[in-house]
Amino acid sequence: MKSLRVALAQVAPKLGDLNHNLELHAKTLRRACREGAELVVFPELSLTGYLLRDQVPEVAARIGGAWFRRVKALSRRVDIVVGLVEEAVGHRYHNAAVYLSRGRVVHVHRKVYLPTYGMFEEGRDFAAGDKLRTFHTRFGPAGVLICEDLWHPMSAWLLAQQGAEILIAPSCGPTRGTRPGRGITSVAVWHDLLRVTAQFQTSFVVYVNRVGFEDGLSFGGGSTAVDPFGRLVGSLPAIEEGLAVIDLNGEILRRARTAYPLLRDENLDLMYRELHRLRNVRYDLAEKSTDAGSEPTSGLRPDGGVPSR
Amino acid sequence: MRKSAPRSPATEPDLGLDPDFTTRILCGFIKSEVRRAGRSSVVVGLSGGLDSSVAACLAVRALGPQSVLGLVMPYRSSHPTSAAHAELVLGALGIIGERVEITPLIDAFSAISRPGSRVRLGNAMARVRMILLYDRSAENDALVLGTSNKTEMLLGYGTLHGDLASAINPLGDLYKTQVRALAEYLRVPPVIRRKRPSADLWPRQSDEGELGFTYDTVDRLLALLVDARVTRRSAIAAGFSPALVNNVMERVVRSQFKRRPPVVAKVSTRSVGWDFRYPRDWKS
Repeated sequence: MKSLRVALAQVAPKLGDLNHNLELHAKTLRRACREGAELVVFPELSLTGYLLRDQVPEVAARIGGAWFRRVKALSRRVDIVVGLVEEAVGHRYHNAAVYLSRGRVVHVHRKVYLPTYGMFEEGRDFAAGDKLRTFHTRFGPAGVLICEDLWHPMSAWLLAQQGAEILIAPSCGPTRGTRPGRGITSVAVWHDLLRVTAQFQTSFVVYVNRVGFEDGLSFGGGSTAVDPFGRLVGSLPAIEEGLAVIDLNGEILRRARTAYPLLRDENLDLMYRELHRLRNVRYDLAEKSTDAGSEPTSGLRPDGGVPSR
Repeated sequence: MRKSAPRSPATEPDLGLDPDFTTRILCGFIKSEVRRAGRSSVVVGLSGGLDSSVAACLAVRALGPQSVLGLVMPYRSSHPTSAAHAELVLGALGIIGERVEITPLIDAFSAISRPGSRVRLGNAMARVRMILLYDRSAENDALVLGTSNKTEMLLGYGTLHGDLASAINPLGDLYKTQVRALAEYLRVPPVIRRKRPSADLWPRQSDEGELGFTYDTVDRLLALLVDARVTRRSAIAAGFSPALVNNVMERVVRSQFKRRPPVVAKVSTRSVGWDFRYPRDWKS
């Protein structure tokens, strides 16, 4: 990858107010450009706000629709990643993040893992994405994971195996818990997760979490960039609005992948066989002898584990 | 109350908080909610106790002293130190205060309704105070600031449409012992932090006397049962008596109605409370 200057736009979008948020993006971009940013990353659902519920169809936009032209225009001078509700074919609404460059759509990622537990109810309002794909940017191969996607370690693994060198992670992470002297628990937990992800996938991870309040929810911020050795290369404080401009050095990625050739040593064939076997057992599928994983599955529990004797 | 049973980390109640971040979150919340409601100030009832003192203190940090109105509303039988402590807070925070004696209102109510128990009279007092707070909020284009803490809300230890009523409540997710920790950080006068918690609805009333357990104990238990979602059995194994665990769980279950808006019977295709789903901050 080429070295690049990335800006983390830790903003507080206004719930359901597309025009206000477009202006917020434009204003933030003007500032980021003045500081020499080449890529500006905004949080999850940055153009719509998070706690939408029944407002989802009202704020949904078609990629290529009339309103979306104004989003594309934001990327004339600088590459951007923005969050919005995408109305896809069949009126499916996706929690999506779009990478745009020079006024064009480079990639649309639809959030795959929609948290629908505890305080979250995204599965009620959104359709889940079903693809995890790396794409090419003018800086090198990249991938996007939205918030909960990152809590499933295979997401980052799949992108890295496809060649991603920069993982971009827009988020709407609420604050939960504080610890004496350690600050906001959920922010600290995120930082641990980001460091581990960057180190395991020997990739840069750019995490941008929103701030501000919606009802009683406060969003934690703490946006950060981590290098492929798992070191924080820049971050923003928790719960405050801010813009951090950070240089990601391509040479560091080369050094990390040379020192830790984890991706090179990955055994895809082993992974495939084991996943195939697990899938057959879990879904009670007949074994096909020509397929990978021709080992007999008898003797395995339905969860794929080996029975204890 | 507690047996000295060995406890594993899994059943260790966690009530720790970072007072600086908690204060910043709560002040940000107050500021954001007041602005979104199109208001610029709050009204808070000051009892002279810990919770309302902390709530007022947070509001002052969020909005400035000129945007907080404190109402002191004693009744004939209220302990004189209650109003004195409330006035101490008014002075310490430099906020605008107003003293309204509720005795004539309660006397008029009693003449008509003849509340036969001190609980009914106490409820009437809490609701009369609510009426005054909401009236002042309309007069001043302000929001009513809630002061109920998480312990009270979970135990249902409060009057529905009385002290439990508010527009925004910064303390609803903090247990009493956490409010106490925050009070120390916010430099609430020690005399208020150290006195025994009381609703002061009748002479010599005390929260802990009436509930039958201390806040220290019940907060640790609730942190296990509610926050950590441990089973009753694990809570008992962690050293809490079965009687206490059952008593507390029964209180929590029985008081669920106090934590929910009135139940709407669904007869249409899209109903308030069921599938008309918008946040409170809808379009604001």
